[in-house]
Amino acid sequence: MDTASYRLEWRELALWRGDRCLQQSLTGRLEAGQALTVRGPNGCGKTTLLRTLCGLSQPETGEILWQGVAVHRNRPDFYAHLAYAGHTNGLKGDLSTRENLRFAAILRGRHTNQNELLHGLRLTACADLPTRNLSAGQKRRAALARVLGSGAQLWVLDEPFTNLDAAGIEWLGKRFNHHLSLGGLLMIAAHQASQVEPDRETILELPGGDT
Amino acid sequence: MISAFLLVLRRELTVAVRRWSDLVMPLMFFIIVCTLFPLAVGQDIEMLNNIGPGAIWVAALLATLLSLNSLFRDDFEDGTLEQLALDKEPLSFMLLAKTIAHWLVTELPLVVLSPVLVLAFGMPVDAIPGLVLTLLAGTPALSLIGSVGAALTAGLRQASGLLALLLLPLTVPVLIFGARAADLAASGQSIAGPLYLLGGISVLALTLAPFATAAAVRVSLD
Repeated sequence: MDTASYRLEWRELALWRGDRCLQQSLTGRLEAGQALTVRGPNGCGKTTLLRTLCGLSQPETGEILWQGVAVHRNRPDFYAHLAYAGHTNGLKGDLSTRENLRFAAILRGRHTNQNELLHGLRLTACADLPTRNLSAGQKRRAALARVLGSGAQLWVLDEPFTNLDAAGIEWLGKRFNHHLSLGGLLMIAAHQASQVEPDRETILELPGGDT
Repeated sequence: MISAFLLVLRRELTVAVRRWSDLVMPLMFFIIVCTLFPLAVGQDIEMLNNIGPGAIWVAALLATLLSLNSLFRDDFEDGTLEQLALDKEPLSFMLLAKTIAHWLVTELPLVVLSPVLVLAFGMPVDAIPGLVLTLLAGTPALSLIGSVGAALTAGLRQASGLLALLLLPLTVPVLIFGARAADLAASGQSIAGPLYLLGGISVLALTLAPFATAAAVRVSLD
């Protein structure tokens, strides 16, 4: 990973779902080596915020800048640095974990050592099974392996700890801190503790939810 | 860009082969409709000859509509569609690869089987090359136009009726020229005119549909 400092900024974002306003006037920034943890009650717009920052949803107002350039004007450059794992795992159920990861890696033009990642996530034994046969936690691990092996600078993870066991959460926390120490950026939505070193972490508490 | 295209194409074909039972359904539908006509109409060979080309084209169109429902549905639900949308490679190219894979696994078998069905309608053997040509020229347009509709309805729960409503008006020109060309082929005349028009529609769809599909996928994901 090169050491050029990356940054993501968002200004005056307003998030709507249908005719419901979830959040207004969200402004913030994320710099290299920093983590942002988004918290808040169910339905307050955590997922919508992450999807909006990734460019999957359009904000009602406001702008999102990657390296000072509006994201929607420069999708290829932004997406070359972004790895996202949402609620859905982004795995083809008919393909094995290995095949899914290989597809994601080649699409990114990378040849990461899959075995090390699979070993770290304790997926080696089931790496050749179709992912539809895996448990929820194993699917989650496979989805995280895709992000962890992507080589992207900005990781955006929606509830990454869901379905993981204690050892998995701890291992993931170590990978987060390693990523940040290399100058990576991390953004997660989580209800648990994010496992990130406190001096690197900013917590964004979103208000509301049940309105 | 080309390598991403080939990569998506390969993955789609791999997944399609592993879920071959899904592929058989539209094909079975096509065969059943085409073989029911002779049974229902009776032994009037002349009438069968007359309706044959049109019936084969209608069956092909309906079989396509049947298969389009699932073109983006699975990818939408398992999250692979949003992963494609978040890739640095152009989304339109990768969706075109998906659409071409759809054509290869659902439309091409229809084309390959059509000669057998020509015989079911008692049409002359000479009509076979013409009919196959019209299907080859016209079915890419069906897949491509269909991909726009499938992308628009990917996020909707019960969209099969809506998809058919959306797509039927757009695919009717293909049906008209296709059936007309097949009809000319069956009566031993030159099919050049409608065949060129079919090819033209397919080329137009090939140039425009991927961009519309990509835009529709982004709307569906929003």
